[in-house]
Amino acid sequence: MSNEGYVTADGRKIGGTVMEMKNITLRFGGVKAITDISFDIKQGEIRAIIGPNGAGKSSMLNVISGFYVPQEGEVWYKGSRRPQMRPYEVAQQGIARTFQNIALFEGMTVLDNVMTGRLNHMKTGLFSQAIWKGKAEQEEVANREVVEKVIDFLEIQAIRKTPVSRLPYGLKKRVELARALAAEPSILLLDEPMAGMNVEEKEDMSRFILDVNDEFGTTICLIEHDMGVVMDLSDRVVVMDYGKKIGDGSPDEVRNNQAVIDAYLGVSHD
Amino acid sequence: MFYREAGDFKTTYKDDNQTFPIKFDRYRYYFVLFVAFALIPFMLNDYWVNAIFMPFLIYSIAAIGLNILVGYCGQVSLGTGGFMAVGAYACYKFMTGIDIWLGGVQYALPPINIFFSVILAGLVTAIVGALFGLPSLRIKGFYLAVATLAAQFFLVWLFNKWEWAYNFSASGQINAPERGIFGVNVTGPNVDAWAKYLFCLVILTICAVVARNLTRGSVGRKWMAIRDMDIAAEIIGVNPLKAKLSAFAVSSFFIGISGALFFSVYLGAVEVGEAFGINKSFLVLFMVIIGGLGSIFGSFAGAAFLVLLPVLLKNVLVGGLGWPTDLAAHLEFLIVGALIIAFLIAEPHGLAQLWRVAKEKLRLWPFPH
Ligand SMILES: Nc1ncnc2c1ncn2[C@@H]1O[C@H](COP(=O)(O)OP(=O)(O)OP(=O)(O)O)[C@@H](O)[C@H]1O
Ligand SMILES: [Mg+2]
Repeated sequence: MSNEGYVTADGRKIGGTVMEMKNITLRFGGVKAITDISFDIKQGEIRAIIGPNGAGKSSMLNVISGFYVPQEGEVWYKGSRRPQMRPYEVAQQGIARTFQNIALFEGMTVLDNVMTGRLNHMKTGLFSQAIWKGKAEQEEVANREVVEKVIDFLEIQAIRKTPVSRLPYGLKKRVELARALAAEPSILLLDEPMAGMNVEEKEDMSRFILDVNDEFGTTICLIEHDMGVVMDLSDRVVVMDYGKKIGDGSPDEVRNNQAVIDAYLGVSHD
Repeated sequence: MFYREAGDFKTTYKDDNQTFPIKFDRYRYYFVLFVAFALIPFMLNDYWVNAIFMPFLIYSIAAIGLNILVGYCGQVSLGTGGFMAVGAYACYKFMTGIDIWLGGVQYALPPINIFFSVILAGLVTAIVGALFGLPSLRIKGFYLAVATLAAQFFLVWLFNKWEWAYNFSASGQINAPERGIFGVNVTGPNVDAWAKYLFCLVILTICAVVARNLTRGSVGRKWMAIRDMDIAAEIIGVNPLKAKLSAFAVSSFFIGISGALFFSVYLGAVEVGEAFGINKSFLVLFMVIIGGLGSIFGSFAGAAFLVLLPVLLKNVLVGGLGWPTDLAAHLEFLIVGALIIAFLIAEPHGLAQLWRVAKEKLRLWPFPH
């Protein structure tokens, strides 16, 4: 696998490798969730991971974000091998994510939820915060400005002060994306950002994902079930089945790959 | 009709971040401060101070402290009494002077001004609290409650046994010597009612402002993130160790201050098991639950409620209707018990939430649409 970038079908320039998974194997007791998988994510691309239910996609994202520690294999990030890390350390390295089942802070407002995305950028100590006037307040306002941009971008201005627990599912997903974006991550991991949405919501979400990538140049790695969506959005696709990688390439290559066709036809759902 | 934010536009994020964004609330807050600082001190007598204001002010500090831990960070604690004891004994040591032996040499720290003794007592309690908070990294909920309960019993036992802590007094009690600030006594036998009151009020005000500042910024959001979903908190970069321990430390800081005041200004003499037993832990926890988890205002409301309730029952039932005292006391238990259950089931956000709902209604009144 080369470290070079490439130019996408729609003419965007993709950079070198930012993250590389090398021979990852993850077991839960006897169950092999991931078997010897390698793939890379390049700077500025939209990388998709697809596969049938239980293929190990979420597990892969959990390995990247430090929730699961693989028994074998290495994670390389920005040119060096990453030592074992706790999830919060991974986050502090600039990797943000959303969850398949929404993981928002239900007791807080939308604004506070999105503000939590800025925590890595907020450094004033306990003492300054106790005083508030001065450093802490300036920092709060500066970060609020970033957050308001994200809120505008995702068009959730109207629900800013609403407690998250009162929101419908589709909006919650959007707020979760907002929280991840607020962190200004170098890699954004999205676990089924469109699951359970209706067609309109899916279209909105697709647009947001493309815009994020386009406007901020954020590298995105997303899991998605809906083949159509994946083909539209992504630059390169990894296909997993039963914990193994069965395909890797551009959407067109993957679509014509016999193993992939078999896996999708062989599985009755969707 | 009077109460609404329409027309009160915020043009900066700073304005939007205010503690009381609505003008009406802000004026009410200034009004309360004015009454508390400028009017009440002139209208006090000993009965009012000792029966109502002292316990209210001091328990409010404890409730704010416990609310930070339980209401904001979601960590249960039944060790409040023990932590108040740490504050009380630390304050006692600071105000009477500390002898330390290091390598056979005795160093004597002279007595420290009462205000700083109280603050330092808070800091000592913060350290102790953080230590006892360490198990929270591994255990949650019920098990954590039991661990903090162990802390409660251990600390009371410690201050019973550790003679150095009570300056080797024969009775095992600690007695607050006469101490003052700006030449006015606030501890000891000869203290004016207004002096005690103002001293505690100033400290409470500082504590409340600090608590409010901490809970509105990034530290507070870290705590709330841990409370709402610790896995998601980690994924946005919150170090659970630091967040939980800082909550334990800050919470214990306030609780230690309240313990210090409870001993030095309010009671004057303390026997640890009696003053800071498990009952105290439950009392403060009930204040937080009834007042409202995760609300500074709720801490005040809960403290006021549980301080006033017995006084009220006593005056009405015993004084007014001639009931026996113990019957009134039992009724108090019943009422508090029923309220706890009611609040836990129906309104976990307590009196503070009822107040918020009332305001929301008022904001729309008289046109509900
Ligand atoms: N924490 C865990 N403990 C035990 N087994 C697990 C755990 N997490 C995942 N697995 C197993 O690993 C396999 C892969 O699961 P994973 O959630 O990664 O699949 P997925 O591709 O995300 O599926 P879906 O499309 O349903 O989200 C499954 O067999 C699952 O049961
Ligand atoms: Mg999954």
